Amino acid sequence: MFEVSILKMGSNIIVPIQVELHDRAAQKVQDDILSKVEEEGSSGLIIDISAVSIVDSFLGRLLSDTSRMARLLGAETVLVGMKKEVAITLIQLGMVFRNLHTAMNIEDGLELVEKLKTESVQTEANMPETGMIE
Amino acid sequence: MNDQKGINTFQISISSDENVIIARQKIRALAQEMGFSMLEQTRLITAVSELARNIVVHAGEGRVSVYREEERKGLRVVFEDNGPGIPDIKKAMEEGYSTAGSLGLGLKGSKRLVDVFDVKSEPGKGTRVEIVKWL
Repeated sequence: MFEVSILKMGSNIIVPIQVELHDRAAQKVQDDILSKVEEEGSSGLIIDISAVSIVDSFLGRLLSDTSRMARLLGAETVLVGMKKEVAITLIQLGMVFRNLHTAMNIEDGLELVEKLKTESVQTEANMPETGMIE
Repeated sequence: MNDQKGINTFQISISSDENVIIARQKIRALAQEMGFSMLEQTRLITAVSELARNIVVHAGEGRVSVYREEERKGLRVVFEDNGPGIPDIKKAMEEGYSTAGSLGLGLKGSKRLVDVFDVKSEPGKGTRVEIVKWL
């Protein structure tokens, strides 16, 4: 099993996904990312998928879930670098992404993640709705 | 269904996640060689990924056969398994319908990504999904 490199940058971690992930590998990457967030106490997570040519319903849901899981650990997530072909295909496939933040590249992603951290503190009084989804 | 099967280019046995990736890579290489645009490759390979995963998840094993259509240029991909089959294809084609805890986008979503989409299934005997993408 391969490893995905996870880079630490201040209070953020950056995960560039450079290989095509099969389902079990994608689950391992999710686990590795969350372990790193927990270990480092990171408040921001950038997942770079600019090298990923296929995002199907499984990987799409896994990325969206990872973002929601990281938020429970206290980290805001921005998914960066989605190719336009992938965006078109995901929407035609019928994927719906809720509360998934995206940016064009790592630089914009880092800017957005800082903004999200501030916002999440401001809206803390306004607790997000809890309960079961779906 | 069109009986013209084109040239059988290759067949891939599917029994694991790794095989799904191999199928994606081999079919992408052929689609690229045939001159499909980046968007059309992405749509086709995403459908291949969904349908090949269905084999692993629902049947455990099966095969993917790839045909190169020459008369009208295109790529035909057939997914076959001897798994439990789909009891109600009409229901399975409905958005959000899922039996394996997935999103239920697989069949209906894949249909929107290709030009021809045909499902045949007999409960207890297996499933056959055929897709075509014209160049």
